Amino acid sequence: MATVAHLDFERAIAEVEEQIGNLRDMARERGLDVSSELRSLERKLHGLKQDTFRNLSPIERVQVARHPRRPYTLDYLQLAFTDFVELHGDRQFRDDASIVGGWARLEGESVMVIGQQKGRDMKENLNRNFGMPHPEGYRKALRLMKLAEKFKRPLVTLIDTPGAYPGIGAEERGQGEAIARNLREMAALTIPSVAVIIGEGGSGGALALGVADRVLMLENGIYSVISPEGCAAILWKSGNEREKAATAMKITAEDLKGLGVIDDIVPEPTGGAHSDWEETAGALRDALVRHLGELTPLPVEELRRRRWAKYMAMGEWRTAR
Amino acid sequence: MAWFRKPKTRLQATDRRDLPGDVWEKCPSCGEIIYREKLKENWNVCPECGHHMRLPATGYIGLLLDDGSFREYDRALRSGDPLGFTDLKPYRERLAAAERKSAHGEAVITGEGTMDGIPVCLGVMDFSFIGGSMGSVVGEKLARAGLRALEKRAPLLIVCASGGARMMEGIFSLMQMAKTSAVLAQLAEEGIPYVAILTDPTTGGVTASYAMLGDVNLAEPGALIGFAGPRVIEQTIKQELPEGFQTSEFLLEHGMLDQIVDRRRMKPDIVQLLRHMLGLPAPDEFALPSPAA
Repeated sequence: MATVAHLDFERAIAEVEEQIGNLRDMARERGLDVSSELRSLERKLHGLKQDTFRNLSPIERVQVARHPRRPYTLDYLQLAFTDFVELHGDRQFRDDASIVGGWARLEGESVMVIGQQKGRDMKENLNRNFGMPHPEGYRKALRLMKLAEKFKRPLVTLIDTPGAYPGIGAEERGQGEAIARNLREMAALTIPSVAVIIGEGGSGGALALGVADRVLMLENGIYSVISPEGCAAILWKSGNEREKAATAMKITAEDLKGLGVIDDIVPEPTGGAHSDWEETAGALRDALVRHLGELTPLPVEELRRRRWAKYMAMGEWRTAR
Repeated sequence: MAWFRKPKTRLQATDRRDLPGDVWEKCPSCGEIIYREKLKENWNVCPECGHHMRLPATGYIGLLLDDGSFREYDRALRSGDPLGFTDLKPYRERLAAAERKSAHGEAVITGEGTMDGIPVCLGVMDFSFIGGSMGSVVGEKLARAGLRALEKRAPLLIVCASGGARMMEGIFSLMQMAKTSAVLAQLAEEGIPYVAILTDPTTGGVTASYAMLGDVNLAEPGALIGFAGPRVIEQTIKQELPEGFQTSEFLLEHGMLDQIVDRRRMKPDIVQLLRHMLGLPAPDEFALPSPAA
């Protein structure tokens, strides 16, 4: 495999997986019965996965969230939805491939799905810009949100980005304006919306798809105002302190649920989302169906009132004497 | 080898202008020595070359509002430490140090007043307070000012000056972008004017929320305005940035601003705009001579 197939702390898991593979091959070639050895190895594998993934540190979660085999937006569109029709372009400048979107069905019901899309290899990443959108990507997203609103269909966003792209063209075309406009428009949408952080929730570039009635996170997703590397470089004045930064910023799903910033956590299989795409997609679909099921019956004004109240309550302050 | 050589004489600074700092100030742009009182009268704009030096937050209140009309909101709101955050120093210590140095306890002052008699709600950011960074209190004070503007149906003005998010409040600082933008969505729906005034510097999360959402976006000349900071961009693209990149003039040229406004004309220019948006008659200086006069 050209890309990194496993993370450092997954090495033991990878070794057992390899042993199982070898044993199977050997059994097939020689017609041997190895079922009891296989069973014991599989038990060992399961135990290893549990031990490894049960207590991931925040910086390990960052690695899992960025895992090169983790499912991306288009994978979920194949596995958790049906009948996907991709829609392209912002109608102003160009089509930004780092954001994909279009109509899809969730258990038969039409919804608008929009998400950042990373590339699986270098060639695709050049096209997808590593999931870092330009303003035209956010403007395409807004166009599709407005389309959903026009036809009164719910909105689902899947968030997976290191951040909005910092470049000359992005600044020239108003990266700040594009993000800001999405925040304002999403706050006022007259349709139900669920945002899910499926991998990396990188700052304003993530939030630009993330103002929603319900915000969910996959178990090993991360969501932060700046990358741990960036935070370490600025506050610790050393890029090597990313572990401390990752812990201090409280970026895991569990932390953010505790802080009231997200509403629900979507469970991942024991070895992480990358170990079983189908199971992860199934859990995502269940969560979306449940949350949209709660939101859809609400009258529009009630939906918007609750959304506003939720964001107005964000933050912590005190009154000085 | 060269057979003649230019004698190396060290250049002498012939006009070093070391000055007692309390009386005179040197313009960082043209080098002119300015009597400090004169600079103050000129709202920290160099009388010689028009360079806009930073004006403290309280300066903008005097600049924009009618004398004695300002009434401050939420003066006592202070940041909590929602994450219990410590980097090289605990956030609490950083806050305490910033509060001691500052007259207003956070990176924004909010309140209401009048501009040529027009009631307005106003927020002014203070770059000297932890780089004008946006944490929970900045978001909350601005959101409350917005809600009061909604209640009074008075225009909202925000003078922006910020390095971006307050990292020490983590995700809560990010959420202030959503919160302030949500309030601005309500103002927009109610047809209440919002004027964003961008000063040096306006970057990061503030640019990606209320700084860019004005019905009118104004900026002072020569201000640094951008989403990503210039250093981040240089490191990402591995090339030098063009001259004048991310200045007010650059943003105007690229369609992100309505106007660049000289600070000394800012009040009458904003009043003129507000009168248009509020459906009021023209201000005196633009009005037809009244027949009664």
